Amino acid sequence: MKGKSLISITDYNKTEYLKILETAAGFEANPNQKLLSDKVVASLFFEPSTRTRLSFETAANRLGARVIGFSDSGSTSVQKGETLKDTIIMVSGYADIIVMRHPREGAARWASEVSSVPVINAGDGANQHPTQCLLDLYTIMQTQGTLNNLNIAMVGDLKYGRTVHSLVQAMCNFNTTFHLVSPQELKLPSVTKMHIKEANLKYEQYTELADVIPIADIIYMTRIQKERFSDPIEYEKVKNSYVLTKSMLEGCKPNMKILHPLPRVNEISEDVDETSQAYYFKQAENGVYVRQALLATILGAK
Amino acid sequence: MDKETRELKVTAIENGTVIDHIPANNVFKVIRILNLENITHQVLFGDNLESVKYGKKGIIKVSNTFFAPDEINKIALVAPTATLIVIKNFKVVEKKHVEVPDEIVNIVKCFNPGCITNHEKIITRFSVLDKEEMKLKCHYCEKSIAKNNIIFA
Repeated sequence: MKGKSLISITDYNKTEYLKILETAAGFEANPNQKLLSDKVVASLFFEPSTRTRLSFETAANRLGARVIGFSDSGSTSVQKGETLKDTIIMVSGYADIIVMRHPREGAARWASEVSSVPVINAGDGANQHPTQCLLDLYTIMQTQGTLNNLNIAMVGDLKYGRTVHSLVQAMCNFNTTFHLVSPQELKLPSVTKMHIKEANLKYEQYTELADVIPIADIIYMTRIQKERFSDPIEYEKVKNSYVLTKSMLEGCKPNMKILHPLPRVNEISEDVDETSQAYYFKQAENGVYVRQALLATILGAK
Repeated sequence: MDKETRELKVTAIENGTVIDHIPANNVFKVIRILNLENITHQVLFGDNLESVKYGKKGIIKVSNTFFAPDEINKIALVAPTATLIVIKNFKVVEKKHVEVPDEIVNIVKCFNPGCITNHEKIITRFSVLDKEEMKLKCHYCEKSIAKNNIIFA
């Protein structure tokens, strides 16, 4: 993995996922390790992000690296019409690794082909967000003690949610049973279901969130966005049917944990935060350890 | 109608390549993909010719030009039924079918408007997911494209 870009979750195999998770656990136990004190990390956010950028920059700082970059392309030469190619070639002359988020799909793959240093994709439009997927895997492992043979429920926008697609793909390596809860309009695309079928795994589709609460080991919530609906009346009909409240959790498995890539709006009611099932803030924290593991591994310090 | 008479509709060539059984109306796409617009040798072509096998077909004859398999397989996207006939001294010396390649480079434009290849000068690359159905996947945005959504660059 040393020196190799991470663009898509399929760039790594199962052994590599597990290696990263193991390294991340080491950073969780001991976060401040100055392994990259001679390195410069470029953090290029061509579109705004809160969690991903802050957790990458925290990860770099905890490893002792220096961080350069921008959090919004508004104040950069992109505004003057510079191509992504030129920006990346220039930055790869300054930094040892590039972390980038870009609104266009495929931008990170293209950047990795023109860059002389490794690139980590921190989200390319609706396409991939592999570090989110790895931190999801880390969190599932942490809460269940294993990744194998779990019942994972995915809830909400399964059609457009890139985190859902990547997580389904990655979990296909671990004999998962998938429970897919969504409105008719936002069902998991057939391309993603194909991965489940190819891995000979089982999935079931539901429209009622209550149906999966007693069987799930993990409930992975996502936000349903109004702009995804062609008919606003359809949105009004479903907007409150995928809201998780404390009272709904009765009868869940004792090991069940609720994850969410965040930001949440109203799909997890605030009274859930105080339950022992709520794990989404810890999940966001785990992003730092996983990103430390990635930076250290790709830069050859682990 | 036998093969000899059909081919005579467009004059026979002494040496070169005949690309036969091109689906009618795709002749111009084949010409573009093989870059025949810039060739200095004689090029003859016909479209909407009668074909026993396909009803209507197109044909292209290129003198003194022989294509490498990599090159000719590029046309598989628009002419999967094409037959390639190599002519030397007015005689057929080789006859073969085109094969769908594993990767399509620089011919197809990604149909996803958000794909980076539609915003910067990038040579497009698609892997062929299904050779029968002609299902492609963009190397950059990773979207898959069904046959009827394929746009030529």
